[in-house]
Order: sequence, then structure tokens, then C-alpha cells
Amino acid sequence: MSKKFHVSTTVNGDPVEFLCDSRETVLDVLRDRLSLTGAKEGCGTGDCGACSITVDDRLVCACLMLGAEAEGKSIETVEGIAAGEDLHPLQKRFIEYAALQCGICTPGILVAAKNLLEKHPDPTEEQVRYWLAGNLCRCTGYDKIIRAVMDTAAEMREAS
Amino acid sequence: MSVAKSLPHDAARLHVTGAARYVDDIPTPADTLHLAFGVSTIARGQITAMDLAAVRAAPGVVAVLTAEDLPFANDVSPSVHDEPLLSDGAVHYMGQPLFLVVASTHLAARKAAHLARIDYAEETPILTVEDALAANSRFEEGPRIWEKGSATAAVAAAPRVVSGLFEIGGQEHFYLEGQAALAEPQEGGDVIIRSSTQHPTEIQHKVGEALGIPMHGVRVETRRMGGGFGGKESQGNALAVACAVAARLTGRVCKMRYDRDDDMIITGKRHDIRIRYRAGFTEDGDVLGVEFWHYLRCGWAQDLSLPVADRAMLHSDNAYCIPAMRIESHRLKTNTQSATAFRGFGGPQGMVGIERVMDHVAHDLGIDPVALRQRNYYDALGEGGLSAPRASATHPPEGISQEKKDNLTPYGMAVEDFELHGMTARLLESAAYDARRAAVADWNASNDVIKKGLGFSPVKFGISFTLSHLNQAGALVHVYQDGSIHLNHGGTEMGQGLFQKVAQVAASRFGVDLEAVKITATDTGKVPNTSATAASSGSDLNGMAVKAACDTIRDRMAAHLAELHQCAVAQVRFDRGAVHVGAEVMSFAEAAHACYLGRVSLSATGYYKTPKLSWDRLRGQGRPFFYFAYGAALTEVAVDTRSGENRILRADILHDAGASLNPALDIGQVEGAYVQGAGWLTTEELVWDERGALRTHAPSTYKIPACSDRPDVFNVSLWDGQNREETIYRSKAVGEPPFMLGISAWLALSDAVAACGETYPALDAPATAEALWHAVRRVRDA
Repeated sequence: MSKKFHVSTTVNGDPVEFLCDSRETVLDVLRDRLSLTGAKEGCGTGDCGACSITVDDRLVCACLMLGAEAEGKSIETVEGIAAGEDLHPLQKRFIEYAALQCGICTPGILVAAKNLLEKHPDPTEEQVRYWLAGNLCRCTGYDKIIRAVMDTAAEMREAS
Repeated sequence: MSVAKSLPHDAARLHVTGAARYVDDIPTPADTLHLAFGVSTIARGQITAMDLAAVRAAPGVVAVLTAEDLPFANDVSPSVHDEPLLSDGAVHYMGQPLFLVVASTHLAARKAAHLARIDYAEETPILTVEDALAANSRFEEGPRIWEKGSATAAVAAAPRVVSGLFEIGGQEHFYLEGQAALAEPQEGGDVIIRSSTQHPTEIQHKVGEALGIPMHGVRVETRRMGGGFGGKESQGNALAVACAVAARLTGRVCKMRYDRDDDMIITGKRHDIRIRYRAGFTEDGDVLGVEFWHYLRCGWAQDLSLPVADRAMLHSDNAYCIPAMRIESHRLKTNTQSATAFRGFGGPQGMVGIERVMDHVAHDLGIDPVALRQRNYYDALGEGGLSAPRASATHPPEGISQEKKDNLTPYGMAVEDFELHGMTARLLESAAYDARRAAVADWNASNDVIKKGLGFSPVKFGISFTLSHLNQAGALVHVYQDGSIHLNHGGTEMGQGLFQKVAQVAASRFGVDLEAVKITATDTGKVPNTSATAASSGSDLNGMAVKAACDTIRDRMAAHLAELHQCAVAQVRFDRGAVHVGAEVMSFAEAAHACYLGRVSLSATGYYKTPKLSWDRLRGQGRPFFYFAYGAALTEVAVDTRSGENRILRADILHDAGASLNPALDIGQVEGAYVQGAGWLTTEELVWDERGALRTHAPSTYKIPACSDRPDVFNVSLWDGQNREETIYRSKAVGEPPFMLGISAWLALSDAVAACGETYPALDAPATAEALWHAVRRVRDA
């Protein structure tokens, strides 16, 4: 078997170390080595967004980044969005608005939407639509997703 | 009561925290094995030599299986045993599984699968409709033909006639969760399967055959799917059977999931279809007769193609009472993926056929396409019935023929619940149709580059499996002595919210909060002999079965409590978490405990079978459907005539879910279905090359709608009627019917292109930007 890489990184605020093969993606590492299965493999080619995570606050597809490249980085996944039992406003709105059906695209969409609101607290609807255009959903038709993101943004602006 | 409330999806909190487990997320032992198929690289021929030495020698490979290594049945067909798990020597399509790699990791299995050296005696594949007709390559002995009256004579005698021929492409399901299965070997040769399937009983059946054991040795569990859409009705069989066989061989847990490319290359899709039509009509727009010829490419194996093609025929009338109709359906066998179930199950294809005819007739006569449709609608009958919604009192608009129609479908079923007159009137009003029709005409008169279009389409969709025996369901309900309730039924959850809707039924029957009801995974060990969660039937069938089980327990509890407190059974009420027994009031938990102490059985099964069905598919006569679900949509689009690029500007939808069990979930179904239907007819294009290779096998080349494609304005409402038939709380099925509302988007694009000249645009589907660019030129140059 090929050489293993020893990687030290931060996942959802916790220091994490793992060994991985040269070909393993961050998605493989998260799912198979760290038991964080919230990020999903929808296509494996960076087209569907189901594996969206942030790396040093940058939105990436975990299937397109190698595990070895995570050295020294800070990774955030869907599992880190809620503060313990307290859901993030986006998560609450997604439930309230029925902005999910089968739920398998939901983790990626939430990671992407949270990243958008951190960078652009007052997005236009068009901005939301194009920011999330890389996150495919086959169930909902997107309308409730966009409304949930827009209304969460408004709510968070008022709260801050 | 819990029913009729807009409660969130039962797993919503798990979904948003990433804690919802799909098959690939279930923790497995460290020595779990992973599987991958080696697939054919030609579309048709015979394998002359298969050298798997390099596959076996590849890192991590534990075993490699061919057809000869399978211990028992080599078949994963849901119908006629024509679908070997692994090729028996013949190759029927490019992507067909030939051998199975069992390895230590998913990646190791996939990499090894590419190392085989296979020699073929290649034959010329049958790929197109022409190829198949020339070779008489088909399922069934010849075309299926159904007829009402004499359509040929009616068309010949009609004052005006239009005819045409057009193609409607297939559609990839693109469930975000690919096919997946997991097999855990048990003592004594038994096996537990966890499968992302809409049909656990079918998986159980096929695994039993493959292992040479009775169905009782196989338990299949399905908690949830990451989308199904019909693509997991039969297409999961291969993975589950492969895992079961490998688990039996190795004694280890075996898991298989298709990579997206493999999934798209191996599994079946929506049937594409070529439709030829001739329609005769009067100068006023009364359609007198229509002839259809359907040519479906079914792919290499029969799978579910016969009922799919039947359902296309069954929806060739859609909402229109046409005095004479003839439908000739050819089910062609081709060397491509075996086309399978997909939301609507052939209904959408048939419906596009008649909507095309209506569009063409309206264009030919130069009359408003909505008025033409209303004129040809079935009559609204049965005013003032038991539960007639207020729509039934709505009369057709003025100028519409008042002559009574026979209201018989081309297959002889009386349409007794027609809702579309009232629905259409309300939609046109809420969407300001007349004003916007005028505004679009004004826009097009003064703009040469961007053309706008409006499209209206109604839906009348038949509800029930056309294979009548499938219309049955079972449930298992336990009440524990602390008052908590365990709910199980044969339906599967793929995102549609079935589990929540059925839990709402259970909570309502016991008069408790939803929190008292535990929703549990579909399990062949709890409810046997289930039908696929398909045909939109999930809530109808399982809701009624659960109601029956709950009522059995409730009646037992009431009888015991009445005796205990010396009151009449009729004086026992279950309401808002309490049980009223005469003058006594106790909590549901106290009541349950009292019944336990009184030695009352608190567990029951429930069963339901749909009434009133009788269907002869060979003659095409009878009542295949319990009732119809209705919908109507109006879509406005803009097309850039220089590039064909286009946008949906606005969609207005009114959909009939009867007395909705959960309006939030039902509206979600309507919205998602519309977008998926519009995707099918606009951007989703499947392309096979001349060798039979599917060239669009990833989201990079196959375009499903994205967030940026959503209509700018999207108004969706439910028609607040009640089902006239006695369904669960008078609700209606909602999974498939709104898919066909997407036809309005395709008609709107046609309308925009028609504004470029005088000729009828005659669009094929999907109307991609490229196709629209060509259509604009065709119309302009004519």
C-alpha cells in the first residue's frame, strides 16, 4: 500500500490528526476516518455540492480536495453549524419552511448558505440563487430554500 | 387532530444537522468489503474471452465473481426473469455488469474493475426507433392498440386536420443519493439487507432467489432514501443481490454503492418516446378524433416497461373528452439501459402527446389555447354528491359547448370527479391570464430579440397501480404501556414526507400528540408482502392500513375502559392526549397502562385494499383508477432568439391534493415536481453516441435545474376540495401528478418561438437552448 500521510488539522474547532493515503479526498477522510458523514458524495466531480465544507472559511467541494492538503487548515462541516442542541437560525428556518425533502443535499446547502451570509450578510435574492447554483437539489424546486436563506439573513441582521 | 396540519418532515432536524443516516452512512465493521461491477464496453455482442487475472491481482481485491460463480439464480428482473445480475455471455448494452469485484475499499474495487481484458464478438447494436422497427425488436408480440369509437373515420370526416411527429427525450432520475446496499450475514445462512429502495419486498424476493433461501431468511430494512423518483423501484435489486451473494461467500459485511458515473451508465431512466399524431377537429375547436402512435425505447430488458407504456396510453386523453381516439403503442427493445419507472410512470409521455395536439390545434385555428382546452374538457358531473367540493358548481365559461359529453375515457372509465373547470377559472383569475396574454402579445410586437411566451397545461392523473393486485398495504402498530406508540407500515420514505403524513394519521386516531408516535424504518420482518412505494399511492394505501391498525387497538382499549368504568363504549373518547371514559378523564398513558393490566392486546396489524378497481389491460377497458388527481399551471418564459437561452419568469400553479393531510409537505411535492417536470422538457438531455455509449453520464454534461433556474415568481396553491372517494381523510395522492405541470413550461417556450413567425414551431423535447435556436430559425425562415 502507498505511503500514509500524517495530517494535523482542525475540524469544527477541534484539533484532529489522521493518517491518509495520497489519493484520499477530504470527503473520504471525513466520512471514513472521522465518522463525520454529514457531507455526502453526490457526484465525486465537484458538480453537485452535496459535499460542501469550508476550509479556512472558503467554500469547497470536499470531493475535490485531497486529505493531505488539509494540513494546518481549519475545516467546518454541517456537524459544526449548531451550537450543541441550539440550532443555527438557518437550520431553524429550513425546518420551519420545509426547505428540505429527502435531506441529502441539505448539509451542503446549509454549509454554502452559512458561508454566504458570513461574507454577505445582506444578499440580494439573485445573489443567493447564484451562490447556491452549485448545490443541486432534486426534490424541492429550490423556492423554499431561497426564501429560508433570505429570511434568515434578515433575521440575523436584525439580531446583530 | 394532527392531520391537515403543516408539520415539518419527520427527520427535518436530523437532515439539517447532518445526522440523518442514509445507507452509506451506517457504521459498519472495520473489515467490511466493498463491491463494484466490471461493465461492458460494447452495446451488443458475445463475450468470447474474459481475462480477470489482473483484476484478481489488484491491491485490496478479495474475490472476483462471474455468472458461473453465482450459487443460485442469476436474475435481478422485477418482471420476467430476463435481467441477469452478471452477463451470461451475451452483452445487451454498454454498461452492463459482467463481473463483480469484492475488495477492501470502494476505491480498490472500482480501480480493479477497470483492469479486465475482455474480448467480444461485437454485433451491430439496435439503438434507435428505426433500428428496432426494422429488426422487429420489441416486447410483446406486436403493438398494443386501444380504441374508443373509430378515430380514423372521425379524423377523415373532420373539417380540419393537423398531424405531426415529435420526439420526447428520456430523463435521468439524478437522485442525489446514488444506489446503495449493505448486506450483513447472519447465523444459519440468513441475511439482513439495508437498501436504498422503494421496494423492500422485491429486494427480499430477489435476494432469496439468489441465495437459494426462502423469503423468511431475508430481512430488508429501509429507513430513508436520498431521493427515489421511481429510480429505486427496481434498480436497487442488482446491488442488494450482489452484496448478499458476496456476504454469503465471504461471511463479511458487504457494501455497494454506485459512483455517479456508474449509476448513470448502468441504471435505467425514463422512457424516451416518439409520438406520431393525427387530429381532426371543427372550425370552432371541438376535437372530434385523435390517433396516436407511441414508440418507446424500452432498453434491453422488460423491467416495468409494459405498465409504463400502458400508463402512457392511459393518459393520452389527459383532461379532454374526445369522442374517438385510437392509440397504438410499440414497446421497442433496444441495446440501451433498461428504461424504468420515473415519476409519472409513462403518464407524462402520454400527456405531452395530447397537450401537443391541443397546442397544434389552437395554433392552426388561431384561437386561445386555454379556451380551446376548456372547450374540450370532460364535463363536471355529480354536483352535490356526498363530499362534492365547491368546484363542482362552477359552470364552463360562456361560449363553451353545453352539449352533454359521454365523459368516458378512451379506456371506458367514467370521469366522475372532474375538477378542472373550477380550477382553471380560479387559476386564470389569480394569475391574471387575460391581461398577461395581452402584455405578452404587446411585448412580442415590439421586441425582436427577446420573445416571451405563455403556456397553460392541465393535469388529470389516474391514481392506483394499473396492476390491480398491487393496490394493497399493511401496517403494524404497537401501543406500549407508557402510552408511547410504535408505527410501522410498508411504505418507504424518499423525502416525500410519507412517514410524517402517516404518523399524523396514527396520532389523530389515538388523539395524541405526534411526539407520542415513533416512526420506524420500513422492515420486511414487520410488514410483509408490500408493494413498491410508487404510483403516488404511499399515503393512500399506508394511511388507510395504519388507520385500520390504530382503530383495532383503540376499539379494544375503549371496550376495556368502558367495562372498567361501567359506561357505554360510545362514551369513550380519545382526544388531545387524554382519554375520556364517561365522566372519568385519564391520560393516554394511564389508559394504556390500565389496558395492559387488564390483559388487553395493544398490538395490531392493519390492512387495506383499494376498492372499485377492475381492469383488462389487453382490451384496454375498465376502471384502472380509484380516482383522478388534478392540477393546472400557467408558465411565462422569455427566450433570447439569438442564442436560444431562456428563463422561466413566472409560474402559477393550482393543485388538487384533496383534503391535504399536510399542506406544507404537499406544496413541497408540487413545487419540486413542477421544476423536475420542466427540467425534463427543457434542459435535461440524454445523448447516446452511435456505439450506444451514454455520453451524458455526470452532472457536468447532464443539466438538472439548479437554484438559478427557479422561476422568478413561483405561486403555488392547493385546491381546497375533498376527494369524492373515501380515501384517508379524503386526501389525494400528490407524488406524481404535479410533475406534469412542467409541460406548461415547454408549451410556453413553444409559444415564444411561435411569436417569431407564422409556422407552428413543432418543438421536440427537451427544448434545450440549442433546440430553441434551431426552432427560431425554422419558424423565421419558413
